[in-house]
Amino acid sequence: MRSRLSSLFDALLPVLATLAALAVGAVMLLFLKVNPIEAYAALWDGAFGSTNALAETLVKATPLLLVALGICISFRGDVINIGGEGQMIIGAVLATWVGLTFTTLPGWLVITLAMLAGFLGGAVWGGIPGMLKAYFNVNEILSTVMMNAIAVQLMNFLLRGPMIDPSQAELASKIPQTARLLDEFHLARLAPTRLHLGALIAVVLAILVYILLWRTTLGYRIRAVGQNPNASRYAGIKVPRYVVMALLLSGAFAGLAGAVQVYGVNYRMITDGSSSGFTGSAGFNGIVAALFGQLHPLWSIPASILFGALLVGANTMQRAVQVPSALITVLNGLVVVFVVSSEIWRHRRQRRRLAAAKEDESPSKQNQPQVQTGEAK
Amino acid sequence: MINELFSITVLIGILASGIRLATPYLYAAIGETFSQKSGVLNLGVEGQMLLGCFAAFYVALTTGNLWLGLLAAMIVGALMGLAMAYVTVNLQAQQGISGIGFYLFGLGMSELLFQRLMGTVETVKGFPKVYIPGLSDIPGIGEIFFSQNILVYGAYLLVPLAWFVLNKTTLGLKIRSVGENPDAADSLGVSVARVRYFTIILGGTLSGIAGASLSIALLNVFQQNMTSGLGFIAVALVYFGAWSPLGVLGGALLFSMVNSLQLWIQVLGIPIPSDIAVMMPYILTILVLIATVSRVRAPSALTKPFEREN
Amino acid sequence: MKKFAWILTFVLALSLIVSACGTPAATEAPVVEEAPAAEVTEAPVAATEPPAAPAEPFRVAVVMPSAINDLAFSQSMYDALMRIQEEMGGPEAFEIVYSENMFVVDDAAAALRDYASQGYDLVIGHGSQYGTSLQEIAPDFPETSFAWGTTAETFGQPNIFAYEAASQEGGYVNGVLAASLSTSKVIGIVGPIEVGDAKLYVDGFKAGVAATDPSITVNVNYIGSFSDVALASEAASTHLSAGADVLTGTAQMVVGAIGKAEESNALWFGTQSNQTSLAPSIVVASQVYHWEVALREMLTLIGEGTLGGQSFKADLANGGEVIEFNPDYTLSDDVKALADSTIQGIVDGSITITLP
Repeated sequence: MRSRLSSLFDALLPVLATLAALAVGAVMLLFLKVNPIEAYAALWDGAFGSTNALAETLVKATPLLLVALGICISFRGDVINIGGEGQMIIGAVLATWVGLTFTTLPGWLVITLAMLAGFLGGAVWGGIPGMLKAYFNVNEILSTVMMNAIAVQLMNFLLRGPMIDPSQAELASKIPQTARLLDEFHLARLAPTRLHLGALIAVVLAILVYILLWRTTLGYRIRAVGQNPNASRYAGIKVPRYVVMALLLSGAFAGLAGAVQVYGVNYRMITDGSSSGFTGSAGFNGIVAALFGQLHPLWSIPASILFGALLVGANTMQRAVQVPSALITVLNGLVVVFVVSSEIWRHRRQRRRLAAAKEDESPSKQNQPQVQTGEAK
Repeated sequence: MINELFSITVLIGILASGIRLATPYLYAAIGETFSQKSGVLNLGVEGQMLLGCFAAFYVALTTGNLWLGLLAAMIVGALMGLAMAYVTVNLQAQQGISGIGFYLFGLGMSELLFQRLMGTVETVKGFPKVYIPGLSDIPGIGEIFFSQNILVYGAYLLVPLAWFVLNKTTLGLKIRSVGENPDAADSLGVSVARVRYFTIILGGTLSGIAGASLSIALLNVFQQNMTSGLGFIAVALVYFGAWSPLGVLGGALLFSMVNSLQLWIQVLGIPIPSDIAVMMPYILTILVLIATVSRVRAPSALTKPFEREN
Repeated sequence: MKKFAWILTFVLALSLIVSACGTPAATEAPVVEEAPAAEVTEAPVAATEPPAAPAEPFRVAVVMPSAINDLAFSQSMYDALMRIQEEMGGPEAFEIVYSENMFVVDDAAAALRDYASQGYDLVIGHGSQYGTSLQEIAPDFPETSFAWGTTAETFGQPNIFAYEAASQEGGYVNGVLAASLSTSKVIGIVGPIEVGDAKLYVDGFKAGVAATDPSITVNVNYIGSFSDVALASEAASTHLSAGADVLTGTAQMVVGAIGKAEESNALWFGTQSNQTSLAPSIVVASQVYHWEVALREMLTLIGEGTLGGQSFKADLANGGEVIEFNPDYTLSDDVKALADSTIQGIVDGSITITLP
């Protein structure tokens, strides 16, 4: 019974940490002369308060989940992938190109090809840092930061040049956007909300990633390389190859997130030229969501939904009580710091449980009846 | 047109521009070098810079004293460093992600304070150029190297200073040992926590100065998100420089020079699309790193929280 | 750990108690009325009142891609709305709510839809990247009037207005003036990304220079970002090193460029907002967008029951664009006359601006 409760506590730790961050936010709201209860009520309503709100939360969560799945893979391989932004962009570009070029093929085929193209685009953009790390000792933080910036400029170049919407090319306004995808190519939506098929795809993939990591050789090797590269090398695993794999797969999922955003939400690729105008920082937020989910693909599902809820709700809150959008950014930061800091209690509790279990097995147990904690693990 | 690129005016322009542009990168990256040498990755540099940037500007604007502004930036950076240190050392949080959290905090906070305390974009009379009698008059070299403001000089003096501290002092030895093998260091009586607190707070202070160099020395203005990714590039440059202050200097100069080169390419009308030109510093940084394949390993304990084994 | 949990709970409880006792619902944003936050559920769409009868305030919501005090694009719309609010008698008659820094198209779409569902009379998407979202949202809210810019496209929807600025006109005038004032015969332009409003302004400026003195070299630098102030400042330095003595630029990061211009005593021409305050000694003139011109027409039409289907231009002719001269910078009489005649020429059509 107690073990059930404490597992529950562990699982809810991110939620509790989020509440703590929001409490600090409440103090800031007071300074801004805003009623925190009203504000947070609006946040809740914006995330869960109606069918539409719930749909918006899921729409926001979808790219987060996809990126998070990739992060789960890469972190397990002990590789930090902060290149999600760039990978998402390249995946989206390639997927959009597919939809704009093969206009005569049937819808289902184009959508499938586009998703694959997104996967491929992200894989390339993630694979390059992977190879640079594995074969040239170029640190992945450096290469991914650089490639993020390169991807943004590439997107700007393509969207205002070769891939620009023909109707825009005529106008003086020259908005950097592509032509709209044909109706047959749109991912199905659950009308009248914006919830689209991409959400379902993401959940299915979460299950697949779980299977990949724990039930396939590839997944095993990635995890082995991540936990102990030297031992893996002795065991005959070609470490560099799996480093590349980890980043490549991670990038692929981010690329898929980009493709899904294009085909499910806006039906075209559009940006304002800034570095996160298209991605909405999903490349970074996905990392946070993965952490919320303990870097486990299945737990990433509720984690992404919760983080998505926070983001959507915060924007609603901004509109309802008219707080500056800057406060939302601060809240976002506080939540991340608090959640990431709360992990220590999980570790301490785990260790205490392990220590207690060890004591249980020791022969001196009869002399210390207090050791009995009732926890089986 | 391309041959114009090699004229003396242009070359001097590129070099002078590059030296200036490199200043904030240098402060931030040297600070990050200290942190990483001790085993801590701080991705929140951008947030520290932005808050330092605003603090320096606001204090300088309201008090009229630039040095107070610089001090404010240092204090703000140090405070954020303190928070990061607590989260990293005591709470042993995942370093990459906590950094992103601090980045968001710094970004939002600087914007919020800007809106509440200032409301409109204003300018300030920043640190003026300091002319060194004799040296500044050397044609060419004088303009590039010896006609900059004091924070620029400070950044370049910081490099040999940092190198000296890291490689020739006991403190530096402690820092490096904590970063390579914290268990061994701990058993020898070095307080891992104390060393890391020091390096992280130092990193924060230097990031604050980096921000100040933008708002009260180089640009003399504050605007939301004016660093625009600078802090992340600075962190990347630490890897480029293989955790050596001299390497970091090389990286900062390379990146900034190529940036000013691409500006000149556009100005001279060389027909490269603007977006491709803007990409150049990023691409070149990667290419140079590939070309100079180094076998330098990261500090072994980088990103790993330290806990005493019982 | 236990201690921490207690501290946490205590802080939480404390903030809740304090907030419950505190004064309810008083947002503090300068001069802007707080939206009735109590109604987060869908309120029945308010019947559109003619602006003259303030029994019920006319409610406007605006979504912007950058900060309201960016001294550029977003600020121009915010200032315009403030002016209208003052004209109509204050927040009781004309209520404004806004969401700034909405550069993520997705979030902006959610915001537009949310404001519409809360029954605002006019929902403005102030950014060319919002059009594609409005196209989808507008049909769902036939009683709400939408407006977006800068563009001329209304998608054939009966409840979408479009507005754009003929920024090339002000650009042309600035270009003419710049060409007359430049002694080194080199002029520099600092831009963000070669799209939209920025491109229009720059193209117009270049045309103005060419029309006045074709021997002048105009160098253009698009730095690839709207926010990188340091790079904008170095771009200006580059121009100055290349011999420019007059500079211009567009978008919010040019504040860096203006600073460099001031250092070298080069002249500056601004656009989107009045940038005199940044460098009173060298700013000659700014093309300021007065969106109120378009907004007033929209309000009148909405009052008469037309919720959209028309596009508006802010240009020199209708006062939507105004060249605001810096009173502290004295222009010689013939240059001033040239400016006036150029403006007049564009207004009466005798001057045509050919864009590439």
